[in-house]
Amino acid sequence: MTKDIVIIGGGPAGLAAAVAARDAGAKEILVIERDEILGGILNQCIHNGFGLHTFKEELTGPEYASRFIKQVEERRDGIDTLLKTIVIDVRAEGDTKTVTCMSKEQGIFTVDCKSVILAMGCRERPRGALNIPGLRPAGVYSAGTAQRIVNIEGRLPGKNVVILGSGDIGLIMARRMTLEGAKVHAVLELMPYSGGLKRNIVQCLNDFDIPLRLSTTVIDIGGRERLEYVVTAEVDKNLKPIPGTEEKIECDTLLLSCGLLPENELTEAMGVKINPKTGGAEVDESFETSISGVFSCGNVLHVHDLVDFVSEEAKEAGKRAAAYVLNTVPARSTNEIRLVPGAGVRYTIPVSIRKERLEDLLTIRFRVTDVYKDPEICVYFDDKCIRRQKKKIVAPGEMEQVILRRQDICAEENIKEIKIQLE
Amino acid sequence: MNYDCVIIGAGVVGSSIARELSRYDLKVLVLEKASDVCEGTSKANSGIVHAGFDAKPGTKKAYFNVLGSKKMEALSQELDFPYKRNGSIVLCFNEEEIPKLEELKARGEKNGVVGITILTKDKLLEKEPNINKDAVAALFAPTGAIVCPFGLTIAMAENAAVNGVEFKFNEAVKEIRPLTSKQSDTGEVRGFEIITDTCTYTAETVVNAAGVYSDTFHNMICEDKIKITARKGEYQLFDKKVGNMVSSTVFRLPGPLGKGVLVTPTVHGNLLMGPTALDTDDKEDVSTTGKGLAEVSDKAAESIISVPGKFVITSFAGLRAHSDADDFLVGKTAEGFYEAAGIESPGLSAAPAIGEYLANMIAYDLHAVKKADFKAKRVGIKSMALSSAEEKAELIKKNPLYGNVICRCELVTEGEIVDAIKRPLGARTVDGIKRRVRAGMGRCQAGFCLPRTIEILARELEVDVNDITKRNPDSKYTYPHKDK
Amino acid sequence: MAEKILTCIGCPMGCELTVNYTEGDADSVVVTGNTCEKGRIYGTNEVISPKRTVTGTVNVVNREGTVVSVKTVPEIPKDMVIPVSEELNNLYVEAPTHIGDVVVRDILGTGSDLLITKNII
Repeated sequence: MTKDIVIIGGGPAGLAAAVAARDAGAKEILVIERDEILGGILNQCIHNGFGLHTFKEELTGPEYASRFIKQVEERRDGIDTLLKTIVIDVRAEGDTKTVTCMSKEQGIFTVDCKSVILAMGCRERPRGALNIPGLRPAGVYSAGTAQRIVNIEGRLPGKNVVILGSGDIGLIMARRMTLEGAKVHAVLELMPYSGGLKRNIVQCLNDFDIPLRLSTTVIDIGGRERLEYVVTAEVDKNLKPIPGTEEKIECDTLLLSCGLLPENELTEAMGVKINPKTGGAEVDESFETSISGVFSCGNVLHVHDLVDFVSEEAKEAGKRAAAYVLNTVPARSTNEIRLVPGAGVRYTIPVSIRKERLEDLLTIRFRVTDVYKDPEICVYFDDKCIRRQKKKIVAPGEMEQVILRRQDICAEENIKEIKIQLE
Repeated sequence: MNYDCVIIGAGVVGSSIARELSRYDLKVLVLEKASDVCEGTSKANSGIVHAGFDAKPGTKKAYFNVLGSKKMEALSQELDFPYKRNGSIVLCFNEEEIPKLEELKARGEKNGVVGITILTKDKLLEKEPNINKDAVAALFAPTGAIVCPFGLTIAMAENAAVNGVEFKFNEAVKEIRPLTSKQSDTGEVRGFEIITDTCTYTAETVVNAAGVYSDTFHNMICEDKIKITARKGEYQLFDKKVGNMVSSTVFRLPGPLGKGVLVTPTVHGNLLMGPTALDTDDKEDVSTTGKGLAEVSDKAAESIISVPGKFVITSFAGLRAHSDADDFLVGKTAEGFYEAAGIESPGLSAAPAIGEYLANMIAYDLHAVKKADFKAKRVGIKSMALSSAEEKAELIKKNPLYGNVICRCELVTEGEIVDAIKRPLGARTVDGIKRRVRAGMGRCQAGFCLPRTIEILARELEVDVNDITKRNPDSKYTYPHKDK
Repeated sequence: MAEKILTCIGCPMGCELTVNYTEGDADSVVVTGNTCEKGRIYGTNEVISPKRTVTGTVNVVNREGTVVSVKTVPEIPKDMVIPVSEELNNLYVEAPTHIGDVVVRDILGTGSDLLITKNII
């Protein structure tokens, strides 16, 4: 099979990229999805709050997905989809990329294409990676696994629940389990601040009097067969448990919402350069990775808190991939400007730009390293500060962005580096 | 009598004895208190086939270790389980201790280990560039190997079952009684009554292969009492991304509490570190501890340039059956009563030899004859991850379920999972699936595949999805909710 | 007069609001601590008649091991969240389902309808 663009992943990123690529003129687009339906993780995110930016209304996850699925259906003249198909290898040799797929129906087969958009999403950090000591009974789930069991299969993973990690999935699951009749004893958070959105703390915890315990973690897991209890402890500034603060909570379920990790096995295997800070590919202003014609967007690039931003980013990546296959964009010169995270900034997307490939506006997304009150977000062109923007509060759990104008960047003759930092 | 032989325990030793006994025309039953084979010491250890230089010459440990190690490769081919001869290294950090390496080499040679050499620092670093640069020399034993402990145990048990051995799970033996005067006027001891929590069996012979509980059964029958202490060992397992940090199994010079913390690749390509050694009174206490895991990292950090902490995927603990006598107890200890007690390290390496030794003894005593139709060969579950593109295509063509990936991290398909359930002594639990085909063993630790694995188990076993367990019957995963 | 401290959920800023009010009297409400109009509206609603959207699932009779997601439109009074969630356990639909299909009109007398939010073929 031969295509112009192959998009790996039919979740929010892949769908938005496909639609945008088609609208930008690409004709032979293939979306490969391993599940039976399109929409990815949105299908199990049945709560509302999606789409405020994109559609100016509050939608549930499946509704948000369906809007994009509909857009794909309307573009069947240029977009094909393959369901229940897993990509097991991607290889880039010169201008041709070869995608190896596997499915029940077709066995092993390859698709040759000019461009690949990586949109595989992310996975949850498991218990093992958190190094929580104790026994290993049934009843310890990552929050997303529990979400699937409840929201798709209609069963209950447990009745007495403790949640470790106050990321949004953890908060959402605290409410969900409560509404399904379970008792949620507490949400614990290792850090002194929540990793989730404030509105979720109010709607998911406060509404149901579920305590959020900051600077607290699980130090022991008990129960030989099914979980029987967890032991919690407060942690000090170095995140080490403080002796004497231990508390035993009897429960049959521990849900872990301790971070998401971009799923980049294919990306790494094909030799794309990875940013160790994000776990995702290093991309330029066009969301193009270190391999020409290979693009990355959505949670496989860096973990987002709002799907709306995933769609926005993926749209851009789709458009750029279309320009790549249609040859309407200048090839990458060596004349790049690096983007550098300065003080208080963990990473930026993109990591490099080229003036000749910029659009009118350049959105730089980034995350901060800690909670800062009243910071100024500063943009430096080399050593020159060109912008200071005051902000009430910034937190690692909420993605930030600055938008620069092309004309401002191009006005500077020889910039080598753009730095974003907090002051 | 119901049986010619009842074996207590379906760990690696019990399974080995069962498999060797299945060569004979005997009625054999294995009783296991857990829900599957390989649920005790056999499931949580280093997965090392020790070369045999460590054990004191003349001990049973030395004898069975070297013999088992020699058998392992051929057995891995016959029974189709993962085995790799990667060699073992013992590091020395102190010029003054180099004589100890020489001692170890001499000990190994006395035990019958071939090919041992002493490596200079240069040779060592050439071989293992990620070793702590402070090492001054090392012993290298080329016959050291790694094996999948689940693969080995399951393969032997399955082959035993194919050859007629019966296995009963979730059935704990409570008591063994010699059938004495009650049965015969002469008072001659002949046979046993084996009482479990649900049934009573009679058998001519009994084998005690009960791991950390082997003292309990020994002391029921024998005059001399033994004590088995559970010695906990904690481990950390790392992502395959760092699986090639070392190619050999890396030990330190042994201390009083055993071989210390080792660093090794696993036969599946992960990196493994451990174990600690801490005696515990609770023979079920397989909990990991903050202290133990820290000790694993700290000790491993002395052997290699750095511990890739970011790449830990799981940690676990196992209990070794440490005997006060500090050696294996293998043999006939009373009329009709055979034992493999106190089997701690190098028990995994020794298991094939112990099995053969005891089986031969029992067969001789029972005047058993070999079966003509013994099936020595087993074909394991075909692994998609290890298959070439052509083999993959062929497998899917024959059975489309091999095209449906269930575990993404380890590339395990529905076809493999169904095979694991359907074959003799098949998986009945999620852990059983994990140990047979590695679904859930990867970096996401079943986050993705767990609900799917549960669904397949329920479908194939024709039970309610909420009745699927992690291991024993009390370890259910989910509750029905909306079913009215 | 009563006083309530709230965290605004209007946007990710999460302003801390102090709301002074007389029970049940919308005109009496005074919101401080907000940095925009959204905060005032949220604060007022929250003390007079707080409302929430309930999302959940109902059984699909002809698809084993599957439930379909639903939501209340418009928002329902906050104190009806638990009763409505419990009521979902008693409801059944038949596949195929379409986004926007009405499962129940005026669920538990809240004046809100329960709508399907997922297409199941």
